Amino acid sequence: MSNMNLLQAINNALDIAMDKDSKVVCFGEDVGHFGGVFRATSHLQDKYGRSRCFNTPLTEQGIIGFANGLASGGHKPVAEIQFADYIFPAFDQIVNEAAKFRYRSGDQFSVGGLTIRSPYGGGIHGGLYHSQSPEAYFTGTPGLKVVVPRNPYQAKGLLLASIRDDNPVIFFEPKRLYRASTGEVPEEDYEIELGKAEVVQEGTDITVLGWGAQMEVLEKAVEMAAKDGISCELIDLRTLLPWDVDTVVASVKKTGRLLISHEAPKTGGFSGEIATEIQEKCFLHLESPIERVTGLDTPFPLAHDKEYMPDHLKNYEAIKRSVNF
Amino acid sequence: MSNSKQSEARVVHSPVFISGDDLETPMLKILRQDGTTYEGAELPEIDKTLALKIYDTFLFIRALDERMIAAQRQGRISFYMTQIGEEAADIGSTAALDAEDMIMAQYREQGALAFRGFPLEQFMHQLFSNENDLGKGRQMPIHYGSRDLHYMTISSPLATQLPQAAGYAYGLKLEEKDNCVICYFGEGAASEGDFHAAINMAGVYKVPAIYFCRNNGYAISTPSSEQFAGDGIAPRAVAYGLKAIRVDGNDVLAVLKATQEARRLAVEENQPVLIEAMTYRLGAHSTSDDPSGYRSKKEEEKWREKDPVARFKNWLIAQGWWSEEQDAADLEQKRQNVLAAMKKAETVAAPKLDELITDVYDVAPQHLQDQLDELKAHIRKYPEAYPKTAGRLDDE
Repeated sequence: MSNMNLLQAINNALDIAMDKDSKVVCFGEDVGHFGGVFRATSHLQDKYGRSRCFNTPLTEQGIIGFANGLASGGHKPVAEIQFADYIFPAFDQIVNEAAKFRYRSGDQFSVGGLTIRSPYGGGIHGGLYHSQSPEAYFTGTPGLKVVVPRNPYQAKGLLLASIRDDNPVIFFEPKRLYRASTGEVPEEDYEIELGKAEVVQEGTDITVLGWGAQMEVLEKAVEMAAKDGISCELIDLRTLLPWDVDTVVASVKKTGRLLISHEAPKTGGFSGEIATEIQEKCFLHLESPIERVTGLDTPFPLAHDKEYMPDHLKNYEAIKRSVNF
Repeated sequence: MSNSKQSEARVVHSPVFISGDDLETPMLKILRQDGTTYEGAELPEIDKTLALKIYDTFLFIRALDERMIAAQRQGRISFYMTQIGEEAADIGSTAALDAEDMIMAQYREQGALAFRGFPLEQFMHQLFSNENDLGKGRQMPIHYGSRDLHYMTISSPLATQLPQAAGYAYGLKLEEKDNCVICYFGEGAASEGDFHAAINMAGVYKVPAIYFCRNNGYAISTPSSEQFAGDGIAPRAVAYGLKAIRVDGNDVLAVLKATQEARRLAVEENQPVLIEAMTYRLGAHSTSDDPSGYRSKKEEEKWREKDPVARFKNWLIAQGWWSEEQDAADLEQKRQNVLAAMKKAETVAAPKLDELITDVYDVAPQHLQDQLDELKAHIRKYPEAYPKTAGRLDDE
């Protein structure tokens, strides 16, 4: 075990993936010698050469189109989009191409080796265009997997699993936690299964559900609630598509209450999908309306980012509201 | 180190603007319409076997397109796209390749696939989206694909295959294979962002790729004069560090020659190339289109006189390798073959309902299985509303 921050854990996962499989290739804007603007790909070019870790021109649609082609030939590209806010020029290549490659060819061709890494989320004073959480644009696309880790240990295991998974995976990294989140991470190779949520803390009064950077916020809210004698069951969804319905259903059947929290705006946010599924499956077990604590339905602000964020206080209030309904 | 081109530039001390006129893009022509070759023309590598294989593919495509457009009008298939007038472009270029070079096509290159040996029956299974279709009946007619024949499955969005071709070719380079990718697209698709992204990346990474533009004059109804202001597509490639050549796209010998040279550059020197083939879409864009609304019969007639198939036939006859009698008999035979295959394919059942959820992922997740189970229960309740699948829900 060694102490790593989230970036180091990602770098370590990429290093292991490239070392063990010569088909793994990393690229993106500034990813080569410079190691990426956040340094997630540091030293990989030195170690594996320019042909396997390299800079791309400034063209997100080109990066993902190129990655699709490389993956269709049996390689395992790990393409970086520098900020999730800039993923949209590649939307067509992700939604119409990567996600449908296997289906449309009757499994003659696929881009299963593709992994797209991209930092997402607020909290770095990034304003409109360095803060967004665009996961829900992708969760509506069959064929993709969408994964979001919450800490260094999770990041390494989930990224290794994503790279080796035989489906295109979008791996959103909580950039606010890149250096802020540290923890013990095994040096050896390990994977965390995709499509499985984790019960981080067991409880009996309410299920509190999130993913990525929001988990840190929820931990605080849950602690505050505990002081009021409220027992929260905290769940990290980890994979948003396909998501682990069974774990959440089992929890809500036990607690009778559910709170879902994410940074993305409320309308069209992934919490809406979860809430619907849970009311279908747990209708007679619910003791109160499902709570959603999310970003506002505005672009991500700069001066008011603290106000915009679904912080621990907003979540604490929602937990109490639900329990006292 | 950062910009070698800039440091080598000639320095001037009053403004000098460069323009497209400074770059002359010549057009390669080898074969005249009457079947004679231009004096001094450098012929491609071609023997009787290759020549007859190319021509056989020409006639097959003519027969296929003619029959299938009729089939669409009769309501037997939902949609079709002919490539009449452009046969020399895709078939002539594919004929220059190794059988393991990857083809990433747009949608009007059925000739390239036929040249590779895609069986008539497979064309039909795809067009009728039946259970023998390699694509499992999922895509509209003409979206062919064949892993065995190195022909990437067609997708409708335009130009998406271009950056993919750069990536695929990069993979070939990593593996040190002696193969290349040929990527087909139209002059309209070259306005998409993916075109520029792709050509730039191909240039930067020096990949073994041939970008083959069928400049056929129209993007559905939009003439190329309203598509771009510059001198076609070829000069753009030069700006991105590719080599470019313009050929008479109705001259199969010119297309073959240009592509043979391009392949050598791509495979031996990792020099990506763009070929711009000047041709004309004699037919409608698709069966959903009627060109009489945007172009004249006179214009079409002018291009009909430049028919690439007739031109090559004249050359073959001049070589003593073919005759008008053979031609008529062969085309008739092909028509009958197509008709017979069509009759067979349209009786083949639709893919099983279970195929609805396979291949979305490598393994169908639980929620997809649940949705399929629900759907089956619903179909069992109203079997008459779902005649394609109701009768065989429990087939194993």
